[in-house]
Amino acid sequence: MKKSVLLGTVAAAGFAAAGASAATLDDVQDRGSLNCGVNTGVPGFAAPDANGEWQGFDVAICRAVAAAVLGDPNAVNFISTTGKTRFTALASGEVDLLARNTTWTFSRDTDLKFDFVAINYYDGQGFIVPTALGVSSAEELDGATICIQTGTTTELNLADYFRVNNMSYEPVPIENEAEARTQFLAGACDVYTTDRSALASVRVTYPSPDDYKLLPEVISKEPLGPLVRHGDSEWGDIVRWTYFALVAAEQYGVTQDNVAEMATEAGDNPEVNRLLGTEGELGAMIGLESSWAENAIAAVGNYGEIFSRNIGEESAVGLERGLNALYTEGGLQYAPPFR
Amino acid sequence: MSDTHAESVAFVRESVIPPAPPPAKEAGAIRWMRENLFATWFNAILTLVALYLIWVLLSGVVPWIVNGTWQGSSLAECREILQGNGGGCFAVLRERWPQLLFGFQYPDYLRWRPVLAFFLLFVAVPPALFVMFLPRWTLIVTAIYPFLAYWLIWGGTILTPLFAALGVVAGYLAFSFTERRGFVLGLAAGVVTALAVWWIGGLLAGEFSRFLRLEAVVSRAMGGFMLNLVLGIVCVSLSLPIGILLALGRQSSLPVVKGFCVVFIEFVRGVPLITLLFVANVVLAFFLPPDANFDLILRVIIMITLFASAYIAEVIRGGLAALPKGQYEAADSLGLDYAQAMRLIILPQALKISIPGIVNVAVGLFKDTTLVSVISMFDLVGMIRGPILASTAWAGIYWELWAAACLMFFVVCYGISQYSQWLERQLQTDHR
Amino acid sequence: MTTLSDPPHADGFRLSLLVRDKRYRSYTFQAIALIALFVFFGWLASNAIRNPVLQQAGIDFGFLADPAGYDINQQPIPYTSQSSHLRASFIGAINTLIVAFLACVTATVFGVFAGVLRLSNNWIVGKLMALYVEMFRNIPVLIWILIIFTISANVLPQPSAFRGDDPEASPILGVAALTNRGFYLPRPYFTNGIGAVPDDVPADGGAPVAQEVASIANWLIVLAVFAASFLAVRGVNAWATKRQNATGRRPSTFWTNLGLWFVPIILTLLILGLRWEVPELRGFNFQGGILARNSLIALWFALSIYTGAFIAENVRAGILAISRGQTEAAAALGLRPGRVMSLVVLPQALRIIIPPLISQYLNITKNTSLAIAVGYMDLTGTLGGITLNQTGRALECVLLLMAFYLVFSLVISAVMNAYNASVALKER
Repeated sequence: MKKSVLLGTVAAAGFAAAGASAATLDDVQDRGSLNCGVNTGVPGFAAPDANGEWQGFDVAICRAVAAAVLGDPNAVNFISTTGKTRFTALASGEVDLLARNTTWTFSRDTDLKFDFVAINYYDGQGFIVPTALGVSSAEELDGATICIQTGTTTELNLADYFRVNNMSYEPVPIENEAEARTQFLAGACDVYTTDRSALASVRVTYPSPDDYKLLPEVISKEPLGPLVRHGDSEWGDIVRWTYFALVAAEQYGVTQDNVAEMATEAGDNPEVNRLLGTEGELGAMIGLESSWAENAIAAVGNYGEIFSRNIGEESAVGLERGLNALYTEGGLQYAPPFR
Repeated sequence: MSDTHAESVAFVRESVIPPAPPPAKEAGAIRWMRENLFATWFNAILTLVALYLIWVLLSGVVPWIVNGTWQGSSLAECREILQGNGGGCFAVLRERWPQLLFGFQYPDYLRWRPVLAFFLLFVAVPPALFVMFLPRWTLIVTAIYPFLAYWLIWGGTILTPLFAALGVVAGYLAFSFTERRGFVLGLAAGVVTALAVWWIGGLLAGEFSRFLRLEAVVSRAMGGFMLNLVLGIVCVSLSLPIGILLALGRQSSLPVVKGFCVVFIEFVRGVPLITLLFVANVVLAFFLPPDANFDLILRVIIMITLFASAYIAEVIRGGLAALPKGQYEAADSLGLDYAQAMRLIILPQALKISIPGIVNVAVGLFKDTTLVSVISMFDLVGMIRGPILASTAWAGIYWELWAAACLMFFVVCYGISQYSQWLERQLQTDHR
Repeated sequence: MTTLSDPPHADGFRLSLLVRDKRYRSYTFQAIALIALFVFFGWLASNAIRNPVLQQAGIDFGFLADPAGYDINQQPIPYTSQSSHLRASFIGAINTLIVAFLACVTATVFGVFAGVLRLSNNWIVGKLMALYVEMFRNIPVLIWILIIFTISANVLPQPSAFRGDDPEASPILGVAALTNRGFYLPRPYFTNGIGAVPDDVPADGGAPVAQEVASIANWLIVLAVFAASFLAVRGVNAWATKRQNATGRRPSTFWTNLGLWFVPIILTLLILGLRWEVPELRGFNFQGGILARNSLIALWFALSIYTGAFIAENVRAGILAISRGQTEAAAALGLRPGRVMSLVVLPQALRIIIPPLISQYLNITKNTSLAIAVGYMDLTGTLGGITLNQTGRALECVLLLMAFYLVFSLVISAVMNAYNASVALKER
């Protein structure tokens, strides 16, 4: 009883004060660094390298935002989150931005009160099996033992897929990539399922990658993207347009190498001029310096460069662009106009 | 004797015969074996079974250790060196030793600091552990240690721990000056003084943040066995005073205080530590001010401290209950008030009785710090389960790593529990 | 006494009395404590209320009725991915109880064995048991769970190793397969009796629910026969004691008791048509039989062996606490060593052993929450794991989780304390 009375009184006081909830941009600028939630370690997407520096496709988003907001791509505190802690970390304000291959779903967007600002990787759920198992299609997996990462959408997709196809399976829930690896390599599960990009990235780290293959089926849509707290649209806009700046930069041929040169004076393409701040005042509209996009691109390169450096075919992970090519090249990556 | 016999007995031996050796089966190793190993047929069977077990254990472990190799930089290389001779691949320990100790984020050029703090521990702790043999002034070393260790491990300006220590000292001085005018007044004066010093110190430390500055390390970077030790030591030390207060509160005659203490203690003891860690991990952040930057380690320390203090409170309550009622009455009859009676008569005796129990709680708690690996912190267990087993070079190795983890915990815990048993014997003043 | 130390003041109440007068001081302190509590909890609550996300999402337990959407591997009651989160939590709770119960039983067995053997005259056995106790007590249980889990996943053969004409591994006695996914054991079922499955239909055919009910009914019959045997044996023993008291000679009851124990139960099982369903390798896995998954085995075994070490110490302390005079007095009465133990020492030692034993059982129950480390689907794995992850309702899930453990702990300790009170020394 004590507490309920108390909660009541404090609630009244609390709501009065709640209107003044702090803007994330101010917090980040006061702090001088960006708190960015990333994965605990998926090679190519987010993993610390031998020197303890975080590298990867998702990490680049964090660095780009830090460069845009603070002018320094290294002013990022990387906070590794698991499937379980990621949403609380964001909701409680422990991180300002979550760039942790998180699938954009209806309930996460609405019920959990987050805003997905963009899709930086179009993915789908797949299966990896040992070649020796002699399986060539996911439809032959009736009765298989399957390792799944808990707390992800893959768990739900898997249940749906087997239910629809009227097959049974034995789920082996695991917490993180490391455990999946030990279980799967030891043969404690026949199949390991997660996003195809992650499967491709872990397959190359297996002792003999050729003994394992990805099954052709893609059983779900997994649009992965960075997300922020619902209700702070200014901050959401900053992250969203920083990302679009990277995509637009690829489209207009702005690269890490030539961005400094292109930003010194206005060029022929008015859209590039607006993007790089040589024309118009786009930066001021989102509360940043006019060189925000230039900083972001100079820090991590454009979308295509980020992709090929971390997960593209030249990298160890070796993923094709596929759906993630620019719309001009038959993909889905598309930046709205900068004007 | 011999006189009387000399007349009545025909023959008397003049000298004592030397004692004959006992029969072969009643002497030496044979007798020992007969009595200790083969006393009955049942015992003999037990012995044979035990011998077989020992043989199985040794035949597995000895070749593993003897043939083991410390060379190689990956499991594949290691296997090549071993040529399947059943040896262990201890190279993983050599290569990943710093990670096992410090995690993978603590800057490697700063590792001397936690190492130094660890060795200073052996200087700082004995005065507290062997308080009855060492002069009392050595306790100052123990008192300085926490502040020094904080500075070494976390870095930053020395002003922060310095003012924290100054606050404690000033608070204590203010307390002892005003105490004669009443305990409550003294306590209030002490707390106010300490807070004032901390506030001023905080301002100063913020102003002169470069004064005698060690490079700061965020607590996120802690990992490995160091994290277990830090969590264990910090939480046990913090939970001691809280535990004492809770135990006193539970014995208190004030219903509000008593009620709160009982509910708190029973609640914490009724739930598993894991759920409290979940609270630290996914719930507590909602209840703390968002701009205060309570990072995960700090939140975990808060929850483990609360957890440990409930158990310590129960141990101390046992100590309080074990004191004869006469001690309480004697204190009353001397005209001591509650605070004096507790400080001068009850607590010193009750704490003495509780020390072995407290040490047991501390050992248990230290073991439980491994649970933080479940909430994806990289302590020793977390390092093994996560980064090391997931690395391309060492995936598939487990005996060596787990054996190392077992050994590290065993050395620490067995050491402490032996100390506890020794202490129990030292404190045993009754005669049984 | 109060009047002496606190003489009543003629000039009535003054403010300073609130601190100085013993009569008022307790109220002052309590008021201060209460205010401090209010302020503290108020601070916590106001932080929570000001959190932008919590503000919008609110606290809402409605998600429990939504479909869970995920599958659970060990289902003591029927469940599909379309069942509600509540049902998933319920399954988790049952799984928690299953492993807690199993571990309590085996830990007691291990503990009593090790505790008694550590006191044996046999030097080598005593040392071996001391080694066991010290080794397991001083290494975290989480490490033991993970070691057993890792080893069983890596050392035991995969199900595919059982395949082929010349398999690398073969089931023990042809019926029980120990694989790195778990232990596949034969499952007993009945071919006669209530609603039984005919012999020629495999046990997994037919309507599952009806079959489930039938099987439970049959097991109840078996249990009833067992209970009847137990009562009959007790009756025989009571009769024997009565005869012994009357005539001084105890009639031999050994064969009668043996018959009473085994004949009825064997007859019942024969009448009900007990068959064993042997696991067979079909497709990816063994099918049929009972599957004790790796995670269950690791958790169960690690918890029992770890807690067993603690129980061993309790048992040893309990036995040592019985004064030598008791043993000697019993020996002086002419009791043989075995009867000294069972009639004199153990009954007294039990009184000392039981309270710490209760707290060990509670520890086991709480430690089952470590299941999450090996993916055993207990309550922490379902409600505190997948449901929490999928719904993002962290606050609600953790609250429910703590409530379950709290209620369970309090109930067990209440029951056990009642039992403890009944065996406690009656002082008059």
